[in-house]
Amino acid sequence: MAGHEVSVRLTVDGTARQVDLDPRVTVLDALRDELGVMSVKKGCDHGQCGACTVIVDGRRILSCLALAASYDGADVTTAAGLGTTDHLNPMQQAFADRDALQCGYCTPGQVCSAVAMLEEARAGMPSHVSPDVSDTTVDLTDAEVRERMSGNLCRCGAYVNIVRAIQDVAGQDVARAGGGAA
Amino acid sequence: MKPFAYERPTTVEEAVALAADGGTYLAGGTNLVDHLRLGIREADRLVDLTRLPLDEITERADGGLVIGSGVRNSDLAAHPLVRTRFPFVTQALVAGASGQLRNMATTGGNLLQRTRCVYFQDPTTPCNKREPGSGCSAVEGFGRYNAILGASEDCVATHPSDLCVPLAALDTEVVVVGPSGERRIAFGDLHRLPGDRPDLDTTLDPGELVLAVEVPPLDFAVRSRYRKVRERASYAFALVSVAAALDVHDGTVRDVRLALGGVSHRPHRARIAEEALRGRPATPDQFRSAIEAELGAASPGEHNAFKVPLVRNTVVDVLTGLTEGSAA
Repeated sequence: MAGHEVSVRLTVDGTARQVDLDPRVTVLDALRDELGVMSVKKGCDHGQCGACTVIVDGRRILSCLALAASYDGADVTTAAGLGTTDHLNPMQQAFADRDALQCGYCTPGQVCSAVAMLEEARAGMPSHVSPDVSDTTVDLTDAEVRERMSGNLCRCGAYVNIVRAIQDVAGQDVARAGGGAA
Repeated sequence: MKPFAYERPTTVEEAVALAADGGTYLAGGTNLVDHLRLGIREADRLVDLTRLPLDEITERADGGLVIGSGVRNSDLAAHPLVRTRFPFVTQALVAGASGQLRNMATTGGNLLQRTRCVYFQDPTTPCNKREPGSGCSAVEGFGRYNAILGASEDCVATHPSDLCVPLAALDTEVVVVGPSGERRIAFGDLHRLPGDRPDLDTTLDPGELVLAVEVPPLDFAVRSRYRKVRERASYAFALVSVAAALDVHDGTVRDVRLALGGVSHRPHRARIAEEALRGRPATPDQFRSAIEAELGAASPGEHNAFKVPLVRNTVVDVLTGLTEGSAA
């Protein structure tokens, strides 16, 4: 039985794709090597750096530790699916505005992670620095952003501006929510 | 990575049958996929559990919880009943790994994850856990993370889980099913001490599958705390960790649950300290003498001797904090 290929269907950045794969292939390698989607990056390939972060069915995951066969049928969003060059996602625009990168290699993973992280905070998910884990309202302080983004390393050390960029978007969300309630 | 066959059953019965003759279960993959790639483990057939109906958290009639083994760490941490009735379970989960990994990792996989001993994870070095009989590199090597309780001359590895520490403090049961049927295992009997078989982490039989973790009610767990001490502020494994729930009445310890992480081959329930505290004054001096009694059996080496005072001070601080938060 070993060595047989499996058929995997993925929706990648809004486009339905199908590919026959060795079951050892990860989502990361399927995207880059089989489907030519280069917006996802391979960093450590061990689940330690976050460069390969993609959003699957609304949740951020590490594509290097995800076997593609196990994600058959999944809806995958990479950084390229969040916005276009003409119409950047607000998070992508904030990273550009705040110079939240140097070499840029970790940036696609950072942006995907940040977008999904704000959804988690909005849903009331607790974190290690939340004062009371039973409180479903998250006060997204800089300490919260840093803790919630700790799975994304930036070896250029652009962390200060990454936090600022994320807070710009988080602030827009707060303003929008406030406007809606008024 | 060695080639393997891949199966994706949709029922528990099918999964157990597929694993009966040498299959390897795959859940979140955060530990196993890395080990397959590194050559720490090999599989002939992967039995993917992600399509099984094991991702529910249900409340028992007595107020306890049944946590399906496929529940993701992030869902367990955010569950309303977990974060209000057993806050130290949520605290332990969010102290572990990263947001991405918590979205992938499962409850069952968390119980069965392997040690992060640097030698176990490096296939170029001898390790009795990875390759029985090859020797232990950690005894006289880099020993900062080594166990201080229950180690053997063959293995000094520690269990890496955060979640398992509060689960050990609670009188949790693990429901498993295998080729010879279903059984329940007291949480304290799931993980082993290394002895002369450090290759065996647990008492599970080959082919057995974790179905659920059952947490009985514990009223005073609403006042509970998980404290993790590590070498950076986030995204690191514990040097030591403490899970505690404390019931104080009129300044006296009515009941207590205490467990330690990072000290042993298994999550360590501190029963000696618990017994020493019941009915005694809830004071830092009592907390100190209770945990010192627990640590009387500690046998640290040169590089991990710091863990003894670190555990002691962390326990005293956690219990004192829980006392200060309690009603008079």
